[in-house]
Amino acid sequence: MNIPEKLGPEKLAKKPAPRPARSLRLKNTLIGWSFVAVASLLIGIFYFFPMVQALIMSFQSGTGVNLSFVGFENYIRLFQDPVFLTTVKNTVIYLIIQVPVMILLALFLSVVLNNKTLKWKGFFRTAIFLPCVTSLVAYSVVFKYLFAPDGIVNMTLMKINLVSEPVQWLTDPFWAKITIILAITWRWTGYNMIFYLSALQNVDQSIYEAAKIDGASAIQQFFKITIPMLKPIILFTSITSTIGTLQLFDEVMNITAGGPGNSTMTISQYIYNLSFKYTPDFGYAATVSYAIVILIVIFSIIQFKAGGEKK
Amino acid sequence: MKSSNKVIGYLFLSICAIISIFPFYWMVVSMTNTSSDVTRGKLLPGGHFIENLKNLLQTVDLVPALTNSAIIAVSTTVLSLLIASLAGYGFEIYRSKAKDIVFNILLLSMMIPFAALMVPLFRMFGSFTPILPFIGIDTLSAVVLPTITTAFLIFFFRQSTKMFPKEILEAGRIDGLKELGIFFRIYVPTMKTTYAAAAIITFMASWNNYLWPLVVLQSPENQTIPLLISNLGSSYSPDYGMIMMAIVIATLPTAIIFFFMQKHFVAGMMGSVK
Repeated sequence: MNIPEKLGPEKLAKKPAPRPARSLRLKNTLIGWSFVAVASLLIGIFYFFPMVQALIMSFQSGTGVNLSFVGFENYIRLFQDPVFLTTVKNTVIYLIIQVPVMILLALFLSVVLNNKTLKWKGFFRTAIFLPCVTSLVAYSVVFKYLFAPDGIVNMTLMKINLVSEPVQWLTDPFWAKITIILAITWRWTGYNMIFYLSALQNVDQSIYEAAKIDGASAIQQFFKITIPMLKPIILFTSITSTIGTLQLFDEVMNITAGGPGNSTMTISQYIYNLSFKYTPDFGYAATVSYAIVILIVIFSIIQFKAGGEKK
Repeated sequence: MKSSNKVIGYLFLSICAIISIFPFYWMVVSMTNTSSDVTRGKLLPGGHFIENLKNLLQTVDLVPALTNSAIIAVSTTVLSLLIASLAGYGFEIYRSKAKDIVFNILLLSMMIPFAALMVPLFRMFGSFTPILPFIGIDTLSAVVLPTITTAFLIFFFRQSTKMFPKEILEAGRIDGLKELGIFFRIYVPTMKTTYAAAAIITFMASWNNYLWPLVVLQSPENQTIPLLISNLGSSYSPDYGMIMMAIVIATLPTAIIFFFMQKHFVAGMMGSVK
């Protein structure tokens, strides 16, 4: 019975020979990279490459495709451009009013809905989440009609004698902004609420029990327990909402078209108009687009600092 | 909870629920009414459903727009899921320092607003037109291409892969499966719910996308549903009944997905946070 003895060590010796550690690692690395290659390449082509192009274009000017370098001219123009400054102001107004209001509303809703003894919980949750199924364009058109001078909203307000004449929801510079804010809040509150609801389910109920024994009121519990416990998720939702609001386009385009005057126009819409509505000035449009990028970075940093998270 | 608190709670929820539902109710009721009924503030269903539908089909190219939107949304969803899940799996399973750096760079793209990309992308696709006309300006492929890879979806798949039992992969290797085989035969089938959630997010985003199609599509026969609705909405003498019909039809696919796949729908949103 020598044969198996001979084969045995031979096999054993052969096994590790063709798979030395280094080549195996190299092969594994190659396989790993090939898994992520397509996605990384596409993001490079469709995100980072255009951003570099936009940076180059922001130093150019001209109509359509005939661009020539003008140095910092576009950036100087930016700070003297009343329309640009108006759009920044509008966008920031939407942001600082709408995001906190919506987040607070969503938090309140989630706390009320999280009550174990509440009836029809599923109904309320679904109803409040429902606006999320609409497309931004579709709900904007619906809101435009609801808030028309002779629309349902004015009709109702006059019927219950809250106002004596129709509110100019779409044509008054102040009320038009309010309409946009109401619309966005309608569309996104339920979305944020779902995040808080799921986070609340992980909060230990005994903390609330202890607080109750100590005599904390519902309001105190909300501000002293719920908000601190949900801090990471509030930070997450406020950053996503901020980025979303800074890019606001569909709603404004379809509810007020930026009017009256430019009083509801957002930065995104201004970029669109500069490139495709007015005489196209791609160079200056690219400069304006860097303004949004910078705003997003600034606001995200502020929120991270305010949120006190290190992540 | 004290009973007064409870009453306030129910009142608050009821008001919010009514405000949330009312525009839907109004949309559905108005699509059965004439335009003048809608302006008069009629809130009960009427008998003009068929008439509004007929008007809509005669006034606009609804079916081509639905077809375009469906082609774009389905191809975007299929390609996105494939590309993002391969990448999310790759970043997690073959984890290395270099890959983590690449991953973090990819995440930065989430901060880039689309408005900043639209002009350079428009020029990029403009330059494709003479050499590769099938992906140039005013083609459906031009709508799909820049939207098939999002860092968010890669992140989403990577997060889900963290929970994936890695021992199964070893078992697959011992059974002699190639790495790609392991991905398609073991990973994909076990991650069905992740794929369902990702598909819902992607399909909805694509079906509702407005800005990029508005920029890149020009001819009426390439119009998508959001473009069609937007055009209808900006008409000077709107036929409200007909427009509400169009809006309900446009909302139907996402509403159906929501009601039949609510669990995946919510899971999709939540998965992004964990």
